Amino acid sequence: MSGSLRKKTGAVVTWLLTFILMLIICLPGLWVVLTAFRPNGEVLAKPPIWIPQNPNLDNFAKIFGLGANQVAIPVSSYFMNSLIIALTSTAIALLIGMSGGYAFARYRFKFKNGMFLGMMLSRTVPGIALSLPIFMIWSRLGLIDTKMGLIIVYVALNIPFTIWLIDGFFRQIPKEMSEAAQVDGCTRWQAFWKIEFPLAKSGIASAGIFAFLTSWNEYALASNLTRSTDSKTLPVGLMDFTAQFTIDWAGMSAMAVIIIVPALILTFLVQKHLIAGLTFGGVKG
Amino acid sequence: MATKPPWFWQREKYTPYLLLLPAVLTLLFVVLVPLLFSFYTSFTGYRLIRPESLWEWVGLRNYRRIFADGDFWSAFGKTIIFLTIALNVEFLLGLGIALLINKITWGQRTLRTIMMFPMMFSPILVGYQFKFVFNDNIGILNNALQSLGLSDGAIPWLVDKYLANFSIIFAEVWMSTSVFAILLLAGLFAMPRDPLEAAKVDGCNPWQVFRHITLPFLMPFVFIAMTIRSLDVARAYDIVDVMTGGGPAGRTELLWTLIARTGYDNARMGQANAMAYISILLSIAFTYYFFTKLLAARQYMGGAE
Repeated sequence: MSGSLRKKTGAVVTWLLTFILMLIICLPGLWVVLTAFRPNGEVLAKPPIWIPQNPNLDNFAKIFGLGANQVAIPVSSYFMNSLIIALTSTAIALLIGMSGGYAFARYRFKFKNGMFLGMMLSRTVPGIALSLPIFMIWSRLGLIDTKMGLIIVYVALNIPFTIWLIDGFFRQIPKEMSEAAQVDGCTRWQAFWKIEFPLAKSGIASAGIFAFLTSWNEYALASNLTRSTDSKTLPVGLMDFTAQFTIDWAGMSAMAVIIIVPALILTFLVQKHLIAGLTFGGVKG
Repeated sequence: MATKPPWFWQREKYTPYLLLLPAVLTLLFVVLVPLLFSFYTSFTGYRLIRPESLWEWVGLRNYRRIFADGDFWSAFGKTIIFLTIALNVEFLLGLGIALLINKITWGQRTLRTIMMFPMMFSPILVGYQFKFVFNDNIGILNNALQSLGLSDGAIPWLVDKYLANFSIIFAEVWMSTSVFAILLLAGLFAMPRDPLEAAKVDGCNPWQVFRHITLPFLMPFVFIAMTIRSLDVARAYDIVDVMTGGGPAGRTELLWTLIARTGYDNARMGQANAMAYISILLSIAFTYYFFTKLLAARQYMGGAE
């Protein structure tokens, strides 16, 4: 009797704790989302208005340049830039990562451990430390303010982690499967595409989501290597809302929603692969 | 008819090198060459506004100045403290969340998705979000405290020396705890059931089970998370830069904000690159430390792998 009562209290405490934690996790983001739908006067109101009194889409219309009071911020071109840069760099990083990860998982070769450690260490260089020399070299090469310039940088940023994860996934797949396929007359290349790639697909997808999020959210390098609407990305565009002493909180919140939503949708779509992906990719070396 | 001997890149022996070539080339071009270049400029008096100063060799002057520079060492110390506090708090909270969610059987998928919510935020966005939340005038936190009658004035969260550091660490922890939580949850899912059952049969209490079975099994996952996080430490730059810009009066200055200020605002690239080198050594030290811990933890687990 007392045992089942204790079990029940335990369950209630667990749920209560979880609820509070989830609230803390969600509340700051939720506040920003709510603000995106408020008129500016309500944002600055004292005493605060907790629940939006007349929620509307004015802030979104404003930053997209529709409606009466416009903010001259080219959100649509930032969005396109971000999308092109993040998708392209993710695709390239995955191709390079698959090729490298396959090499680490399936072959024995000289300098293997050294190369692996070197690749990992290349990721320890903070982006901000890298931004100074890259800026100087990119300006010589004419890569400043181009999408290509950022894509190259993001591919390099994502390679180490991508290789590491994908290496882990290929290790999960028994070597014998592709060997059997080769005995049956497949070339190594065909064996890869028909056997190993489909099996590692969900793992590669979770490596892809990490690469996409890194590129989509990166700011320090993008802010140094971009100048105009040719290449500015959404995180850099966020800065357009700050004047010397004031910040347009409502407009910025609307922009924040625009940045978050694609990331949210994508993560939601692959989230069931994510945990499995991390279990295998990360720990089994 | 004799078949033509394969080209050297078609030989099996060279395949792994060929497969790794794109990765190596990209990293050489984007990481190593810029690093060598910045290593060179750290020995020059290079200033952005005077391009010819790139050839002005000053030997170890930049490094000597750094060693005598109180601001640099104060930022260095604050960075270490910041990292230590943030990593430990993130680990403890992440562990708590993972254990809680692991216990819950109903609605777990939804909770997992909610838990990962902050991971999707751009660090710069996290910076603005918390600049907004901690705003002394219109911020939700001060408004809430005042509405609840817990405080009657505006608390200067981002201006006071201690509160500003607290606010920044809070933002960093909010953003990154889910990385720990998700990795530890993955660890809990991968855990074999038998040792747990056996321990319960032997009469271990829940704390003993946790201390002697669950925790040792999770340690490799902890170190993986620590390694990943210490690889990503530079992301804290965005948050600090946005929330306080290193202020008030340098009280929240970390290495990366100091380097950016020296390099771009004061245009002293040579000096900034010298600082960057020292900060890279710090990052490498953190990563190497956690990597050796990871290998040791794997060794300890032995057959469990």
